[in-house]
Amino acid sequence: MGRILVMVIALTALWLLLSGYFDKPLLLIFGAASVALATWLAHRAHVLDAESIPGGVFPGIIGYMAWLTFEIGKANLIVARHALAVKPALSPKLFLVPNPPRSSVGKVIFGNSITLTPGTVTVDLREDEILVHALTEELADEAGIRAMGDRVANIERRP
Amino acid sequence: MMGLNENIDLIRDVLSWGLFLIGGAGIVVGALGIVRFPDFYSRLHGAGVTDTAGAELMVFAMMLQAPNWLVFAKLVIIAIFLGLTSPVATHAIAHAAWMTGFRPMEGPELRYDGDGK
Repeated sequence: MGRILVMVIALTALWLLLSGYFDKPLLLIFGAASVALATWLAHRAHVLDAESIPGGVFPGIIGYMAWLTFEIGKANLIVARHALAVKPALSPKLFLVPNPPRSSVGKVIFGNSITLTPGTVTVDLREDEILVHALTEELADEAGIRAMGDRVANIERRP
Repeated sequence: MMGLNENIDLIRDVLSWGLFLIGGAGIVVGALGIVRFPDFYSRLHGAGVTDTAGAELMVFAMMLQAPNWLVFAKLVIIAIFLGLTSPVATHAIAHAAWMTGFRPMEGPELRYDGDGK
């Protein structure tokens, strides 16, 4: 029941923001009808679960995204330096890091965070570990990536 | 004498132009990386710079130029979806290459070891 409510609120907010109609009753009724239809179809298809409405990662995800933006900025500078270097000194490397988040949403957030950080790409997402490809030895900061995984595991810490 | 509003507009223009220029530089550097890096997997990292520094900074710059808060909200939504979808696309490409048995160059000598982990 809680998930249905979250879905209705999120869809209503999205509809209002994207359309910008606040004072046209007929259009608002159509909007409400489409929100109701979409929610009913999602409920009927049994897709309203912890994966489609990942409430467990809020509010921790907001602070995490701010932290990640900063990390992405730092990694961008390193990769940009290699792209512009006269002779790029690359030392590509493959390595495994543990994937500590328990929920599938947490595992995907961690995998995407690694890919989003320039210089490291998630090559294979396994049950409890991730195969990472890094551009250089410096970017293959295993301890840093482990710490990122623990951070993700911490924000989803809720049964 | 400049009014307060003109001052704010000037600051906004300067900030957004700065972000546009940095974002544009990010896209060019990313493209250079795609061309210059030696093998398929390392080229993905060049694309990563275009995805993050390039695209996101461009959207941030547009947010500063938004004429009203509805446009601003739409740009926020675009920034979030870019951040969610571009790593998924990159991972899909990398994983497809890995599953077909293509192995990356490794080490400072850039050799194909091909042992597979």
